[in-house]
Amino acid sequence: MNWFDDWALTLAVFVPIVGMALVLLIPRAHEQAIKCTALVTAIVTGAVGIGILARFDYDASGKLQFQVNKPWIPLIHSRYHLGIDGISLPLLILSMLMVILCVVYSWGHFPEPHNPKALLALMLLLEVGMNGTFVAQDLILFFIFFELVLLPMFFMIGVWGGPNREYASIKFFLFTLFGSALMLVGFLAIFFVSKVHTFDMVVLSKLGAAGIAQGTQVLIFAGLFLGFAIKVPMFPFHTWLPDAHTEAPTVGSVLLAAIMLKLGTYGFIRIALPILPKGAEQWAPWIGLLAVIGIIYGALCCLAQQDMKRLIAFSSVSHMGFVMLGIATLTDFGLNAAIFGMVAHGFITGLLFFVAGSVQERYHTREMSRLGGLLTQAPKLGWILGFAAMASLGLPGLAGFWGEFPAVLSAYSPAKLAEGLFSSDNLLTFRTYMVIAAIGTVLAAGYLLWMLQRVAFGKVKPEFEHAHIHDVNVLEWVAWTPLLLMIVVLGFYPDLLFSITDGAVSNVTKAFGG
Amino acid sequence: MNPSIDYHALAPEIVLTATIVICLLVDLFVPSRPQLVPRLASLGVLGALIPVLTLAADGTDRSMFGGAIVIDHYALAFQGFFLVVAYISLLLSFDTIQEGDYYRGEYYVLLLTSVLGLLVMAMSRDLISIFVALETISIPTFVLAGWKKHDTKSNEAALKYFLIGVLSSAVMLYGMSLVFGLANSTVLSDISRYSRTSTPALFAVAIFLTLVGFAFKVSAVPFHFWAPDTYEGAPLPVTSFLSVASKAGGFVALLTIVKFGFFPSGDSWQPILWILAAASMTLGNLAALRQTNMVRMLAYSSIAQGGFILVPLAVAGDVQGNSAWEAVVIYIIIYAAMNLGAFAAVIAVSRRTHSTEIKSFSGLGTTSPMIAVLLSIFLFSLAGIPPFAGWFAKFVMFRAVFDAGTTSAVVLGVIAALNSVVAFYYYVGVVRRMWFHEAQETATVGGPTVIPVALTTAMFLATAVVIVAGVAPQVVARIGELAFTPG
Repeated sequence: MNWFDDWALTLAVFVPIVGMALVLLIPRAHEQAIKCTALVTAIVTGAVGIGILARFDYDASGKLQFQVNKPWIPLIHSRYHLGIDGISLPLLILSMLMVILCVVYSWGHFPEPHNPKALLALMLLLEVGMNGTFVAQDLILFFIFFELVLLPMFFMIGVWGGPNREYASIKFFLFTLFGSALMLVGFLAIFFVSKVHTFDMVVLSKLGAAGIAQGTQVLIFAGLFLGFAIKVPMFPFHTWLPDAHTEAPTVGSVLLAAIMLKLGTYGFIRIALPILPKGAEQWAPWIGLLAVIGIIYGALCCLAQQDMKRLIAFSSVSHMGFVMLGIATLTDFGLNAAIFGMVAHGFITGLLFFVAGSVQERYHTREMSRLGGLLTQAPKLGWILGFAAMASLGLPGLAGFWGEFPAVLSAYSPAKLAEGLFSSDNLLTFRTYMVIAAIGTVLAAGYLLWMLQRVAFGKVKPEFEHAHIHDVNVLEWVAWTPLLLMIVVLGFYPDLLFSITDGAVSNVTKAFGG
Repeated sequence: MNPSIDYHALAPEIVLTATIVICLLVDLFVPSRPQLVPRLASLGVLGALIPVLTLAADGTDRSMFGGAIVIDHYALAFQGFFLVVAYISLLLSFDTIQEGDYYRGEYYVLLLTSVLGLLVMAMSRDLISIFVALETISIPTFVLAGWKKHDTKSNEAALKYFLIGVLSSAVMLYGMSLVFGLANSTVLSDISRYSRTSTPALFAVAIFLTLVGFAFKVSAVPFHFWAPDTYEGAPLPVTSFLSVASKAGGFVALLTIVKFGFFPSGDSWQPILWILAAASMTLGNLAALRQTNMVRMLAYSSIAQGGFILVPLAVAGDVQGNSAWEAVVIYIIIYAAMNLGAFAAVIAVSRRTHSTEIKSFSGLGTTSPMIAVLLSIFLFSLAGIPPFAGWFAKFVMFRAVFDAGTTSAVVLGVIAALNSVVAFYYYVGVVRRMWFHEAQETATVGGPTVIPVALTTAMFLATAVVIVAGVAPQVVARIGELAFTPG
């Protein structure tokens, strides 16, 4: 199986692009063939993922496995270096799974202007970018994959989106482009100021604090922070998100929420923290501050929304705030919680967006004031919405809990830093954050239950009384069952994930004495 | 004593000259076979590539005429590049020239003469040969710009271009004469030796005037104002030749004269290039934002791209090693591919709609998806979005800036970074029209709907370069690297 170990990650990244080429070659009229090709591609990619899961050495999850390290652009000392450890593995698998589910879901739900060929080709291209970002171990390679997701998402929103799609797509593109320009400048700065002159993330991480002077680290970290924070998105760089989510077609929203937001948080954990530990220490209290502002602000915005999708979008701002709070503690515990939060948010918010899409398809509206009584008209759909809402608000026993609760808890004892924000040590700072974040969880329960109540409970509004509303259909069951299962499994047995991530996380936190 | 001539080294120019003569004669004596001239012209261009390749395989540096002509990797890299660009330009020309009411034979003769100038430019290491090469590039294009002789816009384009061209040549020549007066030589290596000594203030003036002349040629702000009018008025294939080949010729001249001549007196040329770069990027982009005509937008965009090419040149004095020079070469190659591609797509669209207004690109994604996909690729590449080649061009530019590391370099880098975000907005504006808007009535009526083979070939060649150089940039990077490896 040596052959597989050498090629697994390359296949995981580039099988989708082969599928995309095939999809593009099939004439537009052969819709069924196009859909089958896309599905087979996504499944083959997923099979590579299963192979990786099977061959992954879980006892050495801190070690980079399935490494490929070949020259790529010798002129700029950039290499084709792929590798996967306990941090990347869950995210890679999440990405593969979500793409399969999205292909299945879109089978019968192609939004206007239809054109399955283009939409599926874009989805597969998106998968290349997402998978690549999670396995790249070279800064330039990472940058290319990180950027690659922009184009397909831009077109998904712009062509298949809602009424305000043009504005939303441009805003999405400009925000992320601005961030990634700064990120690239940061990468170049790392290359030139580090003594080793390399873009290799492994080498740079090993060097860590010793590589770059502290003042420089603080500056470069600021650049990378902007790049990643826009993608996460953190308050106050989040304003592109509600527009993009609201206008995007259902599968676009799902992929955006489930995977693309994670690219930002993943960037913090994989690049910013290990390569610039001194910078991270300096900025951690500020990141924590923005994180808790995001938690509260996102939650309050949710309480003011009329549009179901927009509410879920703002809930993402709030939830990613918990993830960022976990990261800002710079501890083992916090980072593990953050990664768990990322995966759980992927499953849960992905499911929520799926349901929102299905509600819209049935009622042709997402206005919560016009909806109601989903449980009487489509009980199964209503229950799934309820289930996802419970998971999202952090009900113990479901996956959301293990992302949120440990993140809040980790703020109780953050890594010991030289100074905090308001006081001489950062203990008090982070404990303040902890209290605020805890209030955020209450607000989360508030807005999610409120949404559930307005959409699922009560009587059906007169305008839809005689509408024929069908319940969850087969395609939806196929697309959603894996998500429902994963939410329950991870909720009952969180160690499944923690045991994978922990070894890799402790590599990152070594620099902070964690 | 007769100078010794290395015929192998001059073979590309000889082949091309022979082609020009044959084209002229065939056009004169075989008027019944109008297809013959363009075919001969393309054959001649490809034929000239062969000696370039054999010389590259041989790999030894050859010097002639007391160092005025040098055939080294640098020269060969650019000669190969110019011939490929010339071939694609010919592909773009075939159908437009055939369909219009134009003289054909002369068109190809003039175009090839300009290409001959480009080939000579690549190997010139002497003020006089550089000047002669530059004029050989320019003079045929003055005529080509006015090719649509019943169109007043085309006349205006040609006249403006001609007057500005003559003015800039005069300024440049005056600067060169001052350089000669001070350095006592026109050979660049002698000038370089002279620059290393303590030079009088007059030398700075001489450098200034020479560079201003080149600034006109590469349409750098504030010497750019001829470009948009000329580009808009000239026939589209000529415009694409002006904005890619002849512009690249100007940059090669600038690169040669700075690297091999003025390099030691960095204090004199660096600030000038810095200002030209910053102004071209910023004003070019801001003006491009406001354009409603695709060709004018591409004209301003090429001014801005020219500013990006000037950035590594402006910081080259503070860079150890070759990264700044490499950046210029890589940027020029990638710029040529994406701009030629964009023009090919615009020609393909305007054949049908008879319009180059940006409005007329609405709904192209549904009316002709293939052109829309390709044009989107070129525009995203121009904007520097990975995985298309433009990102690597911008990357090596930033790398040179960081390599220099001085405050002025970093400030220029910041200006460049802000400009790349601004530029994105107008490029994507066109993409948005093509894909997110409904087709206009005018887009469906009009000229032929079939895209000619030549045009399709040109577009696919350019796309191949843009994608390959974006995914595996080493292909282009290697050329940049080799150009500065002594043979």
